[in-house]
Amino acid sequence: MAEKMAVGCTRPGGGPVDETQNLTEKPETDPNSTPKEIKPMIQVGQKAPDFSAPGYQQGKFIDVKLSNYFGKWVLLCLYPGDFTFV
Amino acid sequence: MSIDSVFVHKMWNDNELSKMVDGGVPFPMLSDASGKIGRLYGVFNEEAGVENRGRFIIDPDGIIQGYEVLMPPVGRNFNETIRQLQAFQHVRKSKGTEATPAGWKPGKPTLKPGPDLVGNVWKEWQTKMAFED
Repeated sequence: MAEKMAVGCTRPGGGPVDETQNLTEKPETDPNSTPKEIKPMIQVGQKAPDFSAPGYQQGKFIDVKLSNYFGKWVLLCLYPGDFTFV
Repeated sequence: MSIDSVFVHKMWNDNELSKMVDGGVPFPMLSDASGKIGRLYGVFNEEAGVENRGRFIIDPDGIIQGYEVLMPPVGRNFNETIRQLQAFQHVRKSKGTEATPAGWKPGKPTLKPGPDLVGNVWKEWQTKMAFED
């Protein structure tokens, strides 16, 4: 499922697997308008955007790719931060 | 997943969460330090610089079946998440022939949409069932 990750002194970071899944709107025909960045809310029924991210699980640092879990049901939970009480 | 590093995840799990859950957190605690993934999923809180409480149910085909997003101060209801997951799993198992009405839980009757059910849901399902435990 997930590969063991090498740990160095940098802060590991993840990101979208496919950088073309960008959120930039195409320029409008009006020459005076500038391209706007839009942040559409994700839709139910759409494919979950793939990503990879470093993780910690049971004493190990790992590298996790969402699509490696396709074939199972996945609950993806995001939260504000560790030690933030709720 | 949060914007914390994996090192902070380790500290949180080892020093606090493992005192609340035997053996600590069993699933991967992921790091989205740049907020890129949170933005991709539309739950990054730009003002606070953290993720809002986003929760996505993703089926085995990688399709998002449901999501919930809460602002940071209010925690989730995990029973409801599990209920939704069980309902989606039931519907998938029935290959879409069954639907789960409001308040459905495993063991309760489902609805079988079709011409005979039109206008007749009241015979199969009562409003109080939406509020039962």
